[in-house]
Amino acid sequence: MSEIMRMAFGALGVNKLRSFLTMSGITIGVFSVIGVMTAVSALRGSIETGLSFLGSNTFQFAKWPTGITGGGADWEKIMARRKISLEQAERYADLMKGTTEVICFKVFNNESLVQATANGHKTTPGITFGGTNEYFLMANQFSIDTGRNFTGGDVDMVRPVCILGKDVVTKLFPSESPLGKTIKANGRTYLVIGTFAPKGTMFGQSEDDIIMIPVSRYLMDFGAQRYSVNITTQASSQAAYNITMDQGISAMRIVRGLRPEQANDFELYSNDSLIAAFAKIADVISAGAFIISAIALLAAGVGIMNIMLVSVTERTKEIGVRKAVGARKILILTQFLVESVVLSVTGGLFGIVLGTFAGDGLAMFLNVSIVFPWGWALTGVVVCSVIGIAFGLYPAWKASSLDPIEALRFE
Amino acid sequence: MSPPAPVESRILRPVGPLVISIENVTKLYHMGDETIHALRGVSLEIRRNEYLAIMGPSGSGKSTLMNMLGCLDTPTAGKYEFSGQDVASMVDDELADIRNREIGFVFQTFNLLARSDALRNVELPLIYGGISPHDRHERATAALVSVGLGDRIHHRPNELSGGQRQRVAIARALVNRPSIILADEPTGNLDSKTGVEIMALFEDLYEKGNTLIVVTHEESVARHARRIIRLRDGLIESDAPAD
Repeated sequence: MSEIMRMAFGALGVNKLRSFLTMSGITIGVFSVIGVMTAVSALRGSIETGLSFLGSNTFQFAKWPTGITGGGADWEKIMARRKISLEQAERYADLMKGTTEVICFKVFNNESLVQATANGHKTTPGITFGGTNEYFLMANQFSIDTGRNFTGGDVDMVRPVCILGKDVVTKLFPSESPLGKTIKANGRTYLVIGTFAPKGTMFGQSEDDIIMIPVSRYLMDFGAQRYSVNITTQASSQAAYNITMDQGISAMRIVRGLRPEQANDFELYSNDSLIAAFAKIADVISAGAFIISAIALLAAGVGIMNIMLVSVTERTKEIGVRKAVGARKILILTQFLVESVVLSVTGGLFGIVLGTFAGDGLAMFLNVSIVFPWGWALTGVVVCSVIGIAFGLYPAWKASSLDPIEALRFE
Repeated sequence: MSPPAPVESRILRPVGPLVISIENVTKLYHMGDETIHALRGVSLEIRRNEYLAIMGPSGSGKSTLMNMLGCLDTPTAGKYEFSGQDVASMVDDELADIRNREIGFVFQTFNLLARSDALRNVELPLIYGGISPHDRHERATAALVSVGLGDRIHHRPNELSGGQRQRVAIARALVNRPSIILADEPTGNLDSKTGVEIMALFEDLYEKGNTLIVVTHEESVARHARRIIRLRDGLIESDAPAD
């Protein structure tokens, strides 16, 4: 067997460019699947080990579901949902009063790229700009750096005040305190009352590129009809979380005026549901990468078969000599099969290495811990072996069945 | 043309036991609608330590007989026994085994593996014979030394002259200590001086006790043999000791 390996490597070494090109097809196929799988498992790993989308013990109601939903009738039903108005949100807060006080309202601009200006300075377009209330800090794990938080009064009085994230402060007020100054965002003027302490990035996106104003002000300035309020509720403790969520759902149903037989016309988000939604997206991405890779590998396999057929024809005389000196059929077959498997597995190994680097590179960029996808790498090697055997079998069989007399006569 | 061998000095070794026995062998080929009778009933016995030349014009069935003697092909009808084994009914792998153990081929075009050095080429039959790397190496080296290429064992065919290449091929034919060495026009691609050297090497091999069958259309080559078989139209025309 070691002799056969030696022969195979020798033969492949003769046509280095050809071998390399044939291998690169496999490399690309394996690279795409390993790259995506590495990135997805790195993300999944970090999400499942303690990353929270929402603050601790919180859940959220919103009009829109996240992730990918199956379109069709469901989607139309969701489109037909009424918005959650600020009045409904406030009524919900009233109903929940005995259970928890920490109920955060949020609306976000998601239509245009918002750019803020002050004193001739500008932020980059596309900052996070939204309306909220005094519970934003607790529910979203933000804290105040300088100045003050919103108060109930700011919301009730619809005051044009704002709190800035660290990145916005750096851009607009590079050398002075922003407190008491005014900024313009989306064409409106707001007084700065506080700044958020820096939070860092999540999935490569800064969370400090943010301007928040009172929710009531936001709706007044930009049109109450256009926005649906997201309601984030924080339970007083882990133990109270499930009860609070049940009460929250009941309260929402009352607020929305649903009869018992009607289904919820709002979405419930919890960390669990967001992780599940992420998993669903990850599955779709994985499936997509899988299909693309399968097609690429199929094409690469056909390439290997093609090159092996050429090789068999070119080496007809060699095969004749080997047979004349007593090579059994199975040995000729094995020799050519080993060549195609070596081509395909070597290509696959390159793909695994490159894919792991690419996937982990992305993972590092997104600030999540890197992984080596052992399972996928092993699968990759197995799949490549199977491709090498499947597409190498016919050429190898052809080589082994050559008539030695004809083969020796071949010029 | 090579000069005639010094006939008077030739040794005639006593022949040994029967190696090849062919009885009334025929071979038919179908080419489209036409049936070609390459061999029409050939009977032949070859014993150990013989030095045999097979001659005949093209189309005489010479190549067919050689392929059959070399166990590359089986007869359509008739009996072929090699050292008492019935070759006529053998399947491909059995034929491969018998070629590996019993027959050493020398071809007109040498047929060496271009990418392998002389040693690897000579080792090839031993690899397929399942000989251990150490023994293989020793035996292949010894075979190359015996054909006068002890200083060329790591040269590739393209670094060797035609005569040297044929010597490598002869070493490859010898290395498995076969019962017969079957040479097909061994000097056909060589200049006459080198041809004489190769025929002298054959003489040497014969004197060392090898059994040689040379297929040729050149009288000067055939004259080196001790027995000449002439074929015509698929039949043996004559079978006589060389003069």
